Amino acid sequence: MSRIAYMDYNATAPVFPSVAHAMSTAIAHVGNPSSVHRLGREARAMIEEARESVADLVNVPRDWVIFTSGGTEADALVLKGCSCERVLVSAVEHAAVLKVRDDAEILPVDGNGIVDLNALEAALKQDNRSTLVSVVGANNETGVIEPIGEIVEIAHRYGALVHCDAVQMAGKCAFDVSALDLDFASLSSHKIGGPQGVGALVRREGLKLDAMFKGGGQERSMRGGTENLSGIVGFGAAAREKVNFVEIEALRDDLERQVKALGAVVFGDQVKRLPNTSYFALVGMPSDRQVMALDLANVMVSAGSACSSGKVKASHVLKAMKIEDDVANCAIRISLGWNSSKEDVEMFVQAWKKLVERVQAKQTKSNAA
Amino acid sequence: MGVNTQEHPVYLDYQATTPTDPRVVEAMLPYFTQKFGNPHSRNHAYGWEAEEAVEEARKQVADIINANPKEIIFTSGATESNNLALKGVGAFYKNKRNHIITVVTEHKCVLDTCRHMEQDGFEVTYLGVQQNGLIDLEELKAAMTDNTLLVSVMGVNNEIGVIQPLKEIGALCRANKTFFHTDCAQAVGKIELDVEEMNIDLMSISGHKIYGPMGIGALYVRRRPRVRIIAQINGGGQERGMRSGTLAPALCVGLGVACEIAKKEMATENERLHKLQMHMWNRFQNELDEVYLNGDLEQRVCTNLNVSFAFVEGEGLMMGIKDLAVSSGSACTSASLEPSYVLRALGVEEELAHTSLRLGIGRFSTQEEIDYATDRIIKEVKRLREMSPLYEMAQQGIDIKSIQWAEH
Amino acid sequence: MSYSDKVVDHYENPRNVGSMDNEAGEIGTGLVGAPACGDVMRLQIKVGADGIIEDAKFKTFGCGSAIASSSLVTEWVKGKTLDEASNIKNTDIAEELALPPVKIHCSVLAEDAIKAAIEDYKAKHKD
Repeated sequence: MSRIAYMDYNATAPVFPSVAHAMSTAIAHVGNPSSVHRLGREARAMIEEARESVADLVNVPRDWVIFTSGGTEADALVLKGCSCERVLVSAVEHAAVLKVRDDAEILPVDGNGIVDLNALEAALKQDNRSTLVSVVGANNETGVIEPIGEIVEIAHRYGALVHCDAVQMAGKCAFDVSALDLDFASLSSHKIGGPQGVGALVRREGLKLDAMFKGGGQERSMRGGTENLSGIVGFGAAAREKVNFVEIEALRDDLERQVKALGAVVFGDQVKRLPNTSYFALVGMPSDRQVMALDLANVMVSAGSACSSGKVKASHVLKAMKIEDDVANCAIRISLGWNSSKEDVEMFVQAWKKLVERVQAKQTKSNAA
Repeated sequence: MGVNTQEHPVYLDYQATTPTDPRVVEAMLPYFTQKFGNPHSRNHAYGWEAEEAVEEARKQVADIINANPKEIIFTSGATESNNLALKGVGAFYKNKRNHIITVVTEHKCVLDTCRHMEQDGFEVTYLGVQQNGLIDLEELKAAMTDNTLLVSVMGVNNEIGVIQPLKEIGALCRANKTFFHTDCAQAVGKIELDVEEMNIDLMSISGHKIYGPMGIGALYVRRRPRVRIIAQINGGGQERGMRSGTLAPALCVGLGVACEIAKKEMATENERLHKLQMHMWNRFQNELDEVYLNGDLEQRVCTNLNVSFAFVEGEGLMMGIKDLAVSSGSACTSASLEPSYVLRALGVEEELAHTSLRLGIGRFSTQEEIDYATDRIIKEVKRLREMSPLYEMAQQGIDIKSIQWAEH
Repeated sequence: MSYSDKVVDHYENPRNVGSMDNEAGEIGTGLVGAPACGDVMRLQIKVGADGIIEDAKFKTFGCGSAIASSSLVTEWVKGKTLDEASNIKNTDIAEELALPPVKIHCSVLAEDAIKAAIEDYKAKHKD
């Protein structure tokens, strides 16, 4: 098989060899973590070790980590299970947050996708019901980082709780739940080089949370169901990996410099962003055609969020950022990670350059006509 | 698994979780490493490959219960499936019918969900069971009304292994236009299941109870006549809008292969396990007095024995058989060491409930292991009875119930 | 749950298991707990003419900690006067056996068993 440049880490990251190793050991282990006998206790110990590693990743006490089946479940758990009467979410949230509650109020964002803090404060001021504010840490499409610290500061001033969907942020840049003084955060294993099918909700000790899956009493009664042992162990192993994001950022910047030179419109590059993500448009060629053409060249990228079940439609994030449709429809996202290399960037630029040339040729032709 | 080594206790806890079949592990391993890819990234090759694998797995799961692959939704496990089935159907049809019937011996997650739904305006009937652990069909029939939306009865009980009459329940439900949900976490691969023949509308399936991995399960949702549910986890709209969240191809593949193996090998496996089960039970009866089987002997899966060893306290017994991995109750609650609510529902008296062990056997159990375990249990029961004031009284003909015990 | 070495030792090699004649004047019997609660202890003491406990026997229906607690007190009461024996505290037992919090009730039961046995003996010798 010829070389593949995988550049879709924000959709899912390849698992670390250490993760695959830890999981193959865990999956061979027999024992329900709730069983009292020795094999059960050993399974329990494996889960608690992983809990420690995940807690360390975001700097919280171990007890704050509730394992779930992924980021989506973690989001649903907090939005449905917290006892708040009212929910404020930003316009650029992942669908897993946006679609949970019909009564959620939407906070506007600016041209970079950053939450309008004045609007947040106004919304909190005008209604004194108990409120949960849910804002994404870093956007999955643009990689733009929200001012979580300031959001928490404002929200807490009005007695509101704050949840951060940090599935894209945790593990890619400093994300310290304690320092940010967050109340809840969602994490996903497969976005950081762990397996799919596992995630966590971080919950500040003492905050009330009504379980979505009743029964069994696992995860301190906040999430019933036998724990995904091998998945959790894999998540723990991924959380222990140290990734050099300075190098990844250099690769990303190099790629971005080259595509800009070729005429790309880059989104979010004027503000704080994840070091691994670049989101840009080649005006004149729709996203899905770019993605397919790149695929044929063995380069794997995405047209935005992977969850929209294959449908490529204009990103709601770009819409919220007030990007014109004819630009938004031509956007692709590259996202890098622990196994990315210079060769990947070269392969991408080579392949993408050909697409630029195709667009230019078409334009020349239509101009001539 | 070898016999009696400090490293590997003899595993007799197959109802808590089953070892992952090595063939399942082998099928999963490539998806841990080379074959990563988000199965929902439909426009690049890695995503396609993952999606193909997930669809193949969906077919394998459908096949074991005679369903259509389109009727299978992957979930994180049977607990989620049970929650989704009950709350999902409840939320959709709440304004049409709001009565639910379930059974007192259901898994905690069904009972807890029902209790929660009562607070949301549903009316729930909790049917009792007969002394053998089976429901009385007449009682079910009598409980059904025009308002009965859903009946939820498990296929096989996790503590006592009894098999409920699914086909008869399904027929009653269909006649009453009531949906039939069954928690088959313990039943898949152990008994023949056919959603058509049994008129099942929703069925919960678990991965790690059928030699597949933990963290994956499925919910069967009938399409004809169509059963509608409202999603409990929202977001990307995966699983036909009924369950959002990125699927784990490795786990789906694991569940699929586990179903395929179970379907192929169930008949021969059951025959072998039935012999082991009866061998163990016969030896207990022949070599000990005052042993009682909890739950029906005939309507029972061959992977379970739940036995009360009168006058010997279960936890004390477990300590003496540390080289056997057994449970003294449901795995989810055994840490709390309360007498099992399932045994109490059967009418087993509390003092006898305290003396019970759940012995689960399965695919990797050997004759040698079963004999070793049986020897150990019999020896330890005899030793502890020598130490038991209750056994001594019984031998002397003193009725324990005649004594005024100071309950504490 | 894992057990301390001392609990395991008493469980595997219980001291003074057995029965003495209930009716005999020098024997005091304490039967505490309840089968429905999952533990029953029977402690018997044999008291000499000098008022010193000469011998002790137990039988217990219960978990490993209950068996160990009763085994331990049979050792402790021997050679003590009735007053000294009645001063044995459940906390001493729990500490000696390193019982986890969920097992403290076993040591309470053992203390109750001593008190009940002494009471039974005293009731036989009221005059």
